[in-house]
Amino acid sequence: MNTRKIEIAVGCFVAIAIGAFLILALKVANTGFAGSGETYTLYADFENIGGLKARSPIKVGGVVVGRVASIELDKTYYTPRVRLEISKQYDNFPETSSVVILTSGLLGEQYLGIQPGFIDETVHILQDGDVIEDTRSAMVLEELIGQFLFNRN
Amino acid sequence: MFVNRLQRLGADTIQTVAGLGRATLMLIGAVFGKPDVRKGFPLLIKQLYVVGVLSLLIIVVSGLFIGMVLGLQGYTVLVKFGAEGMLGPLVALSLLRELGPVVTALLFAGRAGSALTAEIGLMKATEQISSMEMMAVDPLRRIIAPRFWAGVISMPLLAVVFTAVGILGGHLVGVDWLGVDAGSYWSAMQANVDLYQDVFNGIIKSIVFAFVVMAIALHKGFDAVPTSEGIAKATTETVVTASLAVLAFDFVLTALMFGG
Repeated sequence: MNTRKIEIAVGCFVAIAIGAFLILALKVANTGFAGSGETYTLYADFENIGGLKARSPIKVGGVVVGRVASIELDKTYYTPRVRLEISKQYDNFPETSSVVILTSGLLGEQYLGIQPGFIDETVHILQDGDVIEDTRSAMVLEELIGQFLFNRN
Repeated sequence: MFVNRLQRLGADTIQTVAGLGRATLMLIGAVFGKPDVRKGFPLLIKQLYVVGVLSLLIIVVSGLFIGMVLGLQGYTVLVKFGAEGMLGPLVALSLLRELGPVVTALLFAGRAGSALTAEIGLMKATEQISSMEMMAVDPLRRIIAPRFWAGVISMPLLAVVFTAVGILGGHLVGVDWLGVDAGSYWSAMQANVDLYQDVFNGIIKSIVFAFVVMAIALHKGFDAVPTSEGIAKATTETVVTASLAVLAFDFVLTALMFGG
């Protein structure tokens, strides 16, 4: 086979491989989230985060608006502090909003749900770096069972 | 009697260590030798064709079948828990992290590695390598280097093709045949697969495997006893050693990347 045909065949091979990589990168993996890169950061303190992990989704009414960036333990109060990365597209949450840790299905993954609060003249809109005050912790199955057993007596 | 055995043990040990040394020296000569782009590039293209393009068919076909088997097996288990929506992540993660790089490396060792060993072994047996040395052509640069780099370039590309075809195969069985929802197949996959953690680590794995397989295949050929039995033995050794080395390296890399 002459050199020209070999070059064309190798070119096709590399093109196929690049195409396959693009499929993997764009269709299979999540690049950042939802494709839109610009995010802003909010913080929320919880009593107990249950099974929440970094990169868990943040949803409003089921729509993914961001991801959990990191989870750290506050050194003075020993409570977990969650850093939320939310798309710039959704930058108008009022400070009366609340954050809940929810579970998708009975055994599914845990995710953060934001309940947008009311807006009037005295309510500020949450800015980059603000802390959401109103939080509800994860439902821990063992605690629920413990409460149930305790209340029976 | 006992002394003889002891002697043979010592000789074998020295042989093995010397072989390892020769392999390393050969690899250094091939990898760090001053490359001649004008002369080397056509040789590299030729080897990319022989090693990469001709392996494409077996990679695509086996990727398709492995993806389909994963879809089928995963579905039968997941449907018991009503979790067939997780079929996408199951297929994608097992292909990206393990099966893509590993099976590609094993097939590559069988398809291309054995051929390279036999080719170089025969070159040695017909004294082509010695005549090159006599003409002051460095056989490491002329023969080993283009084959080595062709393998290192084409293996990650083949692994990526394998993985993508496998995911499509899983889609074919899971969605088109068994009736998993297409939307949940892709969206659950996107929610669970991370570009850096999963895709790039898989590619890093296959680059490491490429180094291992090519080094073993080329060394076995270069070091073969120049007789017909010697070449047959070297070819077998290439496939066996390269496969075992890939599996061993896979364990180490998995422990490093996903273990902690």
